[in-house]
Amino acid sequence: MPLALRFDGVEFAYPHGPPVLREIDLQVEAGEFLAIAGPNGGGKTTLLRLALGLEHPFRGRVELFGEPAERFHDRARLGYLAQRAQLGIQAPATVREVVAAGRSALKPFGRLGANDREAIDRAIDRVGLTAYATRPLTRLSGGQQQRAFIAKALVADPKLLALDEPIAGVDVEAQEALAELLARLHGELGVTILYVSHEFGAIEHVVERLVLVRQRIVFDGPPAQLPGVWHDPSHVHV
Amino acid sequence: MFEFEFMRLAFAAGAVVGLLAPVVGFFLVQRQMSLIGDGIGHVAFAGVAAGYLIGISPVWTALVAAILGAVVIEWLRAHRKAAGDQALALVFYTGIAGGVVLISAAGALNANLFTYLFGSILTVSRGDLLRIALLGLAALALVAVLLRVLLAVAIDEEGARVAGLPVPILNGVVSMLAALTIGISMRIVGILLIAALMVVPVIAAQRVAWSLRSTMGLSVAIGLGSVLSGLTVSYYANLPPGGTIVLTATAFFLVAAGVETVRGRL
Repeated sequence: MPLALRFDGVEFAYPHGPPVLREIDLQVEAGEFLAIAGPNGGGKTTLLRLALGLEHPFRGRVELFGEPAERFHDRARLGYLAQRAQLGIQAPATVREVVAAGRSALKPFGRLGANDREAIDRAIDRVGLTAYATRPLTRLSGGQQQRAFIAKALVADPKLLALDEPIAGVDVEAQEALAELLARLHGELGVTILYVSHEFGAIEHVVERLVLVRQRIVFDGPPAQLPGVWHDPSHVHV
Repeated sequence: MFEFEFMRLAFAAGAVVGLLAPVVGFFLVQRQMSLIGDGIGHVAFAGVAAGYLIGISPVWTALVAAILGAVVIEWLRAHRKAAGDQALALVFYTGIAGGVVLISAAGALNANLFTYLFGSILTVSRGDLLRIALLGLAALALVAVLLRVLLAVAIDEEGARVAGLPVPILNGVVSMLAALTIGISMRIVGILLIAALMVVPVIAAQRVAWSLRSTMGLSVAIGLGSVLSGLTVSYYANLPPGGTIVLTATAFFLVAAGVETVRGRL
């Protein structure tokens, strides 16, 4: 299988700050469903940002589908769900309007065509929100809002779906529903999924591979092989 | 009142500003930069003062100063030299201080200065109207062309960055549009009040709207309604137009807040 993502000897620190990531070597094949977990401040979100080319390593190399991540040419095909705190529109955007925004890099100007509208309908349908398509996001539950943003990430037919703390702020039932949704989407679409979370209980039964990060990668393998003491990622020691 | 040319010119210029200000304000409110208009307005005041000092039309020097102020605010934000509110405060106070010093140096602390600070729509000339219409329509056309990508950035800035949209440039465009709006609107509602006309219609519309599209449509309707009814009231009640327009917008906000409250109880 071709590689979707490759970290080669990557080190990273924010300006004037201590090292955040050290000696990161990681290869993710296209079509893999990978969970990246670790304690708060352990560097997992930074790792995701490096993968998406939003940050530059000060040592080493990050490649996305064989190209340097910062210069990846097909960025419109990267689906991304930011942490909820970063999603800050105040106007009552409907599900359809939010999902349509995910199509803007593919179709920045002019009216949306029939294929764009079909892609929007399909993405909304995939996350089970067709009945809510014209409702403002603010009138939906936390779990439904997350689904809408996942539909936004899916609407450009992504090669890679990157989710940053997708279960933060949603209840346990919604977390389990989200895990099932992602497993189904992975099965149907074969898209590479990077799932970043400070805890992985809700997702470990659906991911193929788990990477625990605390500055370094301290575990990389199937969740079933994870030593019991590490099931609480805050216990991960360097 | 339309038998007077100055009222016809006032309504025509006011219509352009009433249309443009909420459209630009919509993106400022979504970026939680509602006060940027005030910051840029105070820099525009320094521009007016510079115009008096060097003997150039204050309208043009204010426009240049407003655009420079917008660039500085966006640069400070983008390079994380200061948080959004700190960047605004820095530009806000520097602008007003610079304006006071320059206006004093020019010896122009007079009634004419007040027409820029609080608006003087009843003295709008045909030349003013032409300038307002051309620049206003150009700004609206730019928003129409960039509407989808501007909305994408407003909804999810980081997602837009990941997808490869030029987010810093688009944020810069919004700030520039705010500067342009202030530059062409200061004769209508004044430097000190134009920011209100950009923001108040939008926050009123958000109370009762059901989508982004309806928010933008209602914002424009409230902006336009505020300008046209504010002008009418100011004409018949002999009140200052700028202040009357903004108070009318505030009345729309109170009505919208009331509607939202009643709807919430049903």
